[in-house]
Formats: sequence, C-alpha cells, structure tokens
Amino acid sequence: MDYFLNQVINGLQLGLVYALIALGYTMVYGIVKLINFAHGDVFMVGAFVGYFGFAHWGLPLPVAILFSMLTCAILGVVIERLAYRPLRYAPRIMALISAIGVSFFLEYFCSLRFVFGPDYRVVERPIQTVTWHLGGVTVTNLQLIIMVTVAAMLIFLQYVVFRTRVGAAMRTVSYDHDAARLMGVDVDRTISITFALGSAMAALGGVLYAIAYPQIQPFMGIMPGLKAFTAAVLGGIGLIPGAVLGALIMGQVETMTAAYISSQLRDAIVFVILIVVLLVRPCGILGRTEPEKV
Amino acid sequence: MRLPKWFVMLLVALLSLSLVAGGCGGQQAQDQKTGEGDKGNSIKIGLISPLTGDVKTFGESVQKGFELALEEANYQVGDIKIEKVIADDRADATEATNVATKLIDQDKVSAIVGSVTSNCTVPASAIAQSAGVVMISPTSTAANVTMDPDRKDFIFRACFIDPFQGTVGARFAFNDLQAKSAAILFDQGNPYTVGLSKAFKDEFTKLGGQIVAEEAYAKNDTDFNAVLTTIAQKKPDVLYLPDYYQKVSLIGKQARDKGITAAFLGGDGWDSTELDYATMDGGYFTAHYSGDDPRPEVKQWVEKYEKKYGSKPDSFATLAYDATKLLLKAIEDAKSTDPAKIKEAMQNIKDFPVVSGKVTFDEQGNPVKSAVILQVQKDKTYKYITTIEP
Repeated sequence: MDYFLNQVINGLQLGLVYALIALGYTMVYGIVKLINFAHGDVFMVGAFVGYFGFAHWGLPLPVAILFSMLTCAILGVVIERLAYRPLRYAPRIMALISAIGVSFFLEYFCSLRFVFGPDYRVVERPIQTVTWHLGGVTVTNLQLIIMVTVAAMLIFLQYVVFRTRVGAAMRTVSYDHDAARLMGVDVDRTISITFALGSAMAALGGVLYAIAYPQIQPFMGIMPGLKAFTAAVLGGIGLIPGAVLGALIMGQVETMTAAYISSQLRDAIVFVILIVVLLVRPCGILGRTEPEKV
Repeated sequence: MRLPKWFVMLLVALLSLSLVAGGCGGQQAQDQKTGEGDKGNSIKIGLISPLTGDVKTFGESVQKGFELALEEANYQVGDIKIEKVIADDRADATEATNVATKLIDQDKVSAIVGSVTSNCTVPASAIAQSAGVVMISPTSTAANVTMDPDRKDFIFRACFIDPFQGTVGARFAFNDLQAKSAAILFDQGNPYTVGLSKAFKDEFTKLGGQIVAEEAYAKNDTDFNAVLTTIAQKKPDVLYLPDYYQKVSLIGKQARDKGITAAFLGGDGWDSTELDYATMDGGYFTAHYSGDDPRPEVKQWVEKYEKKYGSKPDSFATLAYDATKLLLKAIEDAKSTDPAKIKEAMQNIKDFPVVSGKVTFDEQGNPVKSAVILQVQKDKTYKYITTIEP
C-alpha cells in the first residue's frame, strides 16, 4: 500500500509538470485553433533562462522564475507575431507547418555555441531538498512546491478567463474572430496576450522541471511537449481544467506502467492512449462535441 | 498581412551574403584539394568523435589524444606525410553515418580513428568496411563493432569489450564488495548499456548473486522516480548503472533522493570531468587504465599530456593516443598508404607497448587487455582500487 501511494505521488509530480505545459497548449489552441508545436521549446528556453538566473546571475529563485516567465512571454508574443499572425487567414495546415519550423528553429538555434550551447548542464538545486516521511510515504518539499504552484496557476487562469475583461475578449475571440472584431474586440491584442500567458506558464513549468529533474539541454522540450500535448488532447483540447486533468492522468499512467507493468512500455502506452482517445472520443474527456457551424 | 519592405530587403541581403560566403568556402576547399595532390606520398587519417552533445567530454579528450600522437610523430611515418581530417558525430548514429561517408567519399581518407560511442561506431564501421577503409575505434566497447556477424576485417579497436567489462564489474561487486543482490538500470536503445547490463547480469547470477530489479529507460527520459521507488523497496546491495556520465549523474541524484543507499557501480562511460562527483561519490566503475598506475609508460604519458593540456588524461584521451599509435605502427609496418596493406599489418601487430598495456589483436580485432576498477572521489579524482585480468 505504501508502495502504491509512493507511486501515486511520483505520478502526481510528473503529471503536474506536464499540466503546466499543457495549459499553454490548450489556451493557444482554444483561441486560435493552432497546435503550437513550438510550445515545448518555449518550455526549454524557460528552463535555461531560469537556470542562468539562479545559477549564474545569482538572482533569488522567485526573481529568476519571474524573469524567465517574462522572457518567455515576450518570446511567445514574438513567435506569434512573426510566424503565426501572417498566416492567420491561410489554410490551417500552413500555421501548423510554421509551428514545426519554429520548434526546430528554437532547438537548433539554442544549441548554437553563443546561445545556450549543445551540452547537457547539471542544474544545482537552488533550494535544499527536504524529505518528509508520513508513515511509509515520502513527500519532498519540491513536490509540494510544484503542487501548490500548479493549483495556483489553475485558479489564476480560470479567474482570468471567466472574471476579467481580457478573459471575456479571449472567449469571444475563440468563439468567432470576425464577430469579435465587429463587436470591437482587439483580436490581435487578445491573441498576443494568450500567447504571452501560455508561454509564461511554460517557462514556469520549465524552471520547476529543471529543479525536479536537474539536467537541461536544448532538446529537452520535445518529449515533455509531446506528452503535454497528448494530455491536452486527452482532457479536451481548448479547456483549461481538461489540460490539468489530462496531465494528471498521463503522469499516473506513465508511473504506474513503469511500476507495475514494465519500464520499457511507458512511452508506448502513453501514445496508444492518444490514438485511442482520438478514435473513440476526439473531443477529450471533458470536451463536448459541437455540431459544425454553418 | 504583408511583411514590411525593409524586412524583405534585409532577408534578401542576408541570403545573398550567405550565398557569396558559401561560394567562397567551396572555392577554398577546392584549392586545398589540388594543393594536396602535389605532395605525392601522403595519407589522410580521419577522426570521428562527439565534439558536441551529451558526451562531448569524451570527444574532446579523444581529439587531444589523437592530435598528441600525431604531433609526436611529426605528422609523418617514414616518408609518408600524414594529414588529419576531424569530424564531429555528436554521439548521434545518423550523424556518424553522414560524417563517415563524407570522410571516405569526399576527403578520401585511408584510415579513420573513431568513433567513440558504440552506437556511432557500429554504423560507421559498416561504411568503412564496405569502402575498404581501415578503422580503429579507441573506445567503442560493444561486441558488434568488429563482428556483425562475420569479422569486419578492416575494423579494430584499442579497448576491451562490453562482455568483458560487465563481467569484471559483476566479479568486483560479488567478490570485493560482497554484494548479494543488485539492481540494474539501463538504456534500452543503446547497445553499450544493453551489452554491459546483460554481461553483468549473467556473471552476477552465475556467481550466486541475485538481480532484484532490471529496469529499462529511453534515452530522453528524465523521470526515474517510478522505477527507483521499486528499487528502493527491494534494497539491493549494488545499483549497476552502465550508462554515460550525464545520465548516470541524473539517475544517481534521484536514487539518493529516494533514499537508496546501495553502492553505485558502472562502466567506462562514467569517466568524464562533468560527472556529478558529489552525487556519485564512492561509486565504482570499470576503466581502461588508471593515471596512478606505477608503470613508466603511464607516468611518461601523464606528464606529457599535462605539459601540453594542463590537465590529467582520462581513459578516452589515453585510448585515443593508443589507437593512433597503433595505426601509425601499422602504416609504418605496411610501408604503404594502401588500406588493405595497413589492415594486414594491423592484424599482425604483436605485443606493441602502448600506455594502456601491450596490444596484440585477437582474430576478432580486439586487443587482449586487463581492466581496472576506479572509485569516484568527491574532490573530482578517481582512486585506483584494483586491476582485474581477463
């Protein structure tokens, strides 16, 4: 039983980090119907900037995280401005291909010597790990920090989307771009804000990830990005609670597969789930099928 | 939405600039080639090693060893002049295939020193073999580097092989560490770690030990909490981690986080200045040579290397130096730049003294050598523990 609970906590830690990335995927998809494949790489940039912040420039951790979030927010807006906005009224496949291009660009640009370099870097943890033993279950302060952060972010995003003017604009834009424009909503600005928010979230995820699994490199965003994307689809892409729910399920599935079936099967099973969800319930767990608008 | 005019202009200007620059590069390369033709009796030796990427310290050390050996020979064997061509494979199998093809087809090398990691050397050696180019890998320990399934007769190596290394690790764990149980974590996509863990498992069980867990992961995995929780519960005496330094450091850290106190044990992939020494402190690994070895060849070599580069040579630098020496010896014996003759001479080398021991190749192109066990120290050094004969 202790063993099972320990594994649940392991899965929770993994799932919550996926959740932070999945939030960005889902927000961007919700508003512009674009799968932003560069999102995992924004996550990587966030991890690197955060790492430089606390390990090299001596910033306190919260400042380093804020700085990293700010940098990535700007990066997200720039990516949207240069790579997606010009293609907004082009066929959707174009934007998708552009997103893949941006993803590769970020990976290889960051591997250049004068940017981050191609090497693996060991991250010195800026906070001392404290382990608590509750019965047979071990919890670390790190897991607690990640948990609280994700919960706070989830609430914050729900608040922004449903209780603020910007959120109202987002919902309007996601419903219909042209109608929103006719109603006086600044569509471009709203989309930029969405990208900024999503990218900042990815940066936060990146820094937490780098602290939890203390090693970073320019291609580190690919797998978590794919997993988070799967999570977003699983929970119902476009829905903020769906992203978190999907990510938590993914974390548990991965951990339980490794714990009870075989560590060799973890990735295989995760992606089988993606295929099954797309075949059986394409709108995801929390999603509702809507009739096509005419 | 249209791009602003200045942006388009800038892009066009940049593109045309790069075109001009590229053209110049091509011109230069051509000049060099015609220049080389006049030199007459010369041979080109290629080096393939991971100079960037996740095991870049291996590649950097190998390049230092390789260049030192050539410098000592003054880039000449008898009246044959030597030119070097250096290529980076990033420890990526596809890239290794690309650079091997480039070295052979474009640079026309007759011999290659490399590559460093087995996952690169295996595909690159297939190319060298079919092109009839001699290749000697300094450090690739996978069994199928020289045999696949028949002997690739142009391919040699300067190090012992994985089955031997894993066996030595198991014997050390059982006999010296008195371990009764062991857990293994390995990368299922890398022949190096698969080979080591298999050899370790076979020997350890044969000796009477018990493997309590055998867990696989993928190259890009970073979360090992699930399997480490399983392992922590089974309380093994030894945790065998036969991967490269960066992955080992990451797993080691998470293992200690999970409260696993088992001794860490690994292979020569640990040998790097970027190993996380604080975490891996007290861990043991099988290596090719020890800088503390009292033999005069080793002392001389360490002094020479320190004078030139200001640091102590690791196994990778040493083996690259040895491999290059062996190749030069073969060229000298063959008195020819013909790869087929060099290959013959290489196979016939008998008891040639190099830093890591005396080399004679067996019929599979592997040198017969002993292994040493080193212990990781917090202060970024290795302590010599013991030598284990084959």
